[in-house]
Amino acid sequence: MTANNEPAEMTPNRRGPESVSTSEIDERRSASAAADDGPLGSPRVSSPVIESRDLDVFYGDTQALHGIEMEVPERQVTALIGPSGCGKSTFLRSINRMNDLIDVARVEGDLYFHGKNVYDDDVDPVALRRKIGMVFQKPNPFPKSIYDNVAYGLRVQGKDDGDVDEKVRTALEQAALLDEVEDQLDESGLDLSGGQQQRLCIARAIAPDPEVVLMDEPASALDPVATSKIEDLIDDLAEEYTVVIVTHSMQQAARISDKTAVFLTGGHLVEFDDTEKIFENPESQQVEDYITGKFG
Amino acid sequence: MSSADETAVAITGESGPMNGLKETAIRSVFFSCALVTVLTTLGIILVLVQGSIGFFQEVSIVEYVTGTDWSPVIRPRSFGVLPLIWGTLIITVGSALIAIPVGTATAIYLSEYADPQVRKVIKPTLEILAGIPTIVYGFFALSFITPIIQRFFPETGTFNAAAGAIVVGIMIIPMVSSLSEDAMSSVPDDLRNAAYGLGATKFEVSTSVVFPASLSGVIASYILALSRAIGETMAVTLAAGMHPQITGNLLEPIQTMTAYMVQIGISDVSVGSIGYQSLFAVGLTLFAMTLAMNLFSLWIKSRYREEYQ
Repeated sequence: MTANNEPAEMTPNRRGPESVSTSEIDERRSASAAADDGPLGSPRVSSPVIESRDLDVFYGDTQALHGIEMEVPERQVTALIGPSGCGKSTFLRSINRMNDLIDVARVEGDLYFHGKNVYDDDVDPVALRRKIGMVFQKPNPFPKSIYDNVAYGLRVQGKDDGDVDEKVRTALEQAALLDEVEDQLDESGLDLSGGQQQRLCIARAIAPDPEVVLMDEPASALDPVATSKIEDLIDDLAEEYTVVIVTHSMQQAARISDKTAVFLTGGHLVEFDDTEKIFENPESQQVEDYITGKFG
Repeated sequence: MSSADETAVAITGESGPMNGLKETAIRSVFFSCALVTVLTTLGIILVLVQGSIGFFQEVSIVEYVTGTDWSPVIRPRSFGVLPLIWGTLIITVGSALIAIPVGTATAIYLSEYADPQVRKVIKPTLEILAGIPTIVYGFFALSFITPIIQRFFPETGTFNAAAGAIVVGIMIIPMVSSLSEDAMSSVPDDLRNAAYGLGATKFEVSTSVVFPASLSGVIASYILALSRAIGETMAVTLAAGMHPQITGNLLEPIQTMTAYMVQIGISDVSVGSIGYQSLFAVGLTLFAMTLAMNLFSLWIKSRYREEYQ
């Protein structure tokens, strides 16, 4: 799983969005929904979209994640928290195989998306990423117009045959940005403020209608007002999408998430439970220390 | 009180009027060095303009820029510069058709696809290609490219426009690829990740994100390479010949402006004759063309400069 096997080359039979691997995922999705028996030792989860089983990630000789076990529930917000260097972003990036792009990264163990292991040889990371959108820490709009930024995903995914205008507007509306940019869709996305740029990136991620939206500290580069807008937005997004968000702010995790996973230094997942439980009555002393600020 | 005194002493230290003088001297030395390039440029323009004045007293500018026959030494004399411009144009456009696609593809490969080890070998190799003296390229064209063309088109002359265009094209590939690669490599990875995250393939990332984001640098590399092609002298003189004519047949010899200047430069025309003066007129024309290209390149760079945070 190194970047030498780049996305396009990892596809023995690439056929765009409707390739074998993704339709297989769709089939298994209904199967796994039917046979839902809830993973052991964790809160009962209705139809986990993503299941991590004994997942290890290495950067060269350094092990960044140790045997991660987690189930991400559908249409809820799952927060990944922990101190810097605890592996929370690494875990996020292993869900849509963005770690493939890092030369020295190597993954062991299983990560299932609707019951299909995304690290199986027949999985096309390009097709996977079309189902799992991503928003990054630093707003990264393309140096293109606002319109073209949002339409980019539709175009590369071949979803630009229908009414692109409509889809672009809908995505901007969902990202709570439409009112602010309605008259300047042809202007560069780089001319927006930081908070607007990040909402543009969210619109860009949801325009092709993925199932899961991964967010890597989406508000860490923003001021408090912009942060609060993004948080409101995440709440709304969870009605339609499964959201996994990395945050270094415990308050933010407490405000917006349904489930919280606490990673601690060294790449161990110490506790994963309902957010309320984690913040009010965590099982582990380490987590309690971290939450109360005694450690980390 | 005493500590303040010590501080005051420590700040003034050894420095004094002598030190300020030294700084001024150093500054003037550096300034004079910078001035050399400016003065040289001005000097060249002055010489070109001065030399051309004599020429344009004999020949009307209208005849010069519209005439289609160039024969400044052999009678009947004729001073239409168009055949020379045509020759330069053929070489420039022909070499661009080779260097732009190949150079751009090379740049994309190096920036987006190549393993670091492969890049480590290819980049210096390209730079060696750029360092080969142009006269060597000229012999390469004569002894290698032209025979190949002759195998397919036996009527091809020893000197022909096609070989000139091809060899100049090869010569400027490193300029396009190296400068374009620099521009592409400086596109932030954030943008690549954004595109990969949306399910773009590597090819889509390269062509629809990296290439447009580096467009200003890429176009600047094209223009610099083209001005190099316009100014290229020895290779085209050797490969394409010294026969000023307006022809669409690339298998025939032509003459570029630079090749003409070589011809007059090494010939025995007497100083002050019209043939000698024509050298300055053609030189001025050439200078104006490359200057225009460079200004255009600057304009493109500022016009399409992308601003990243």
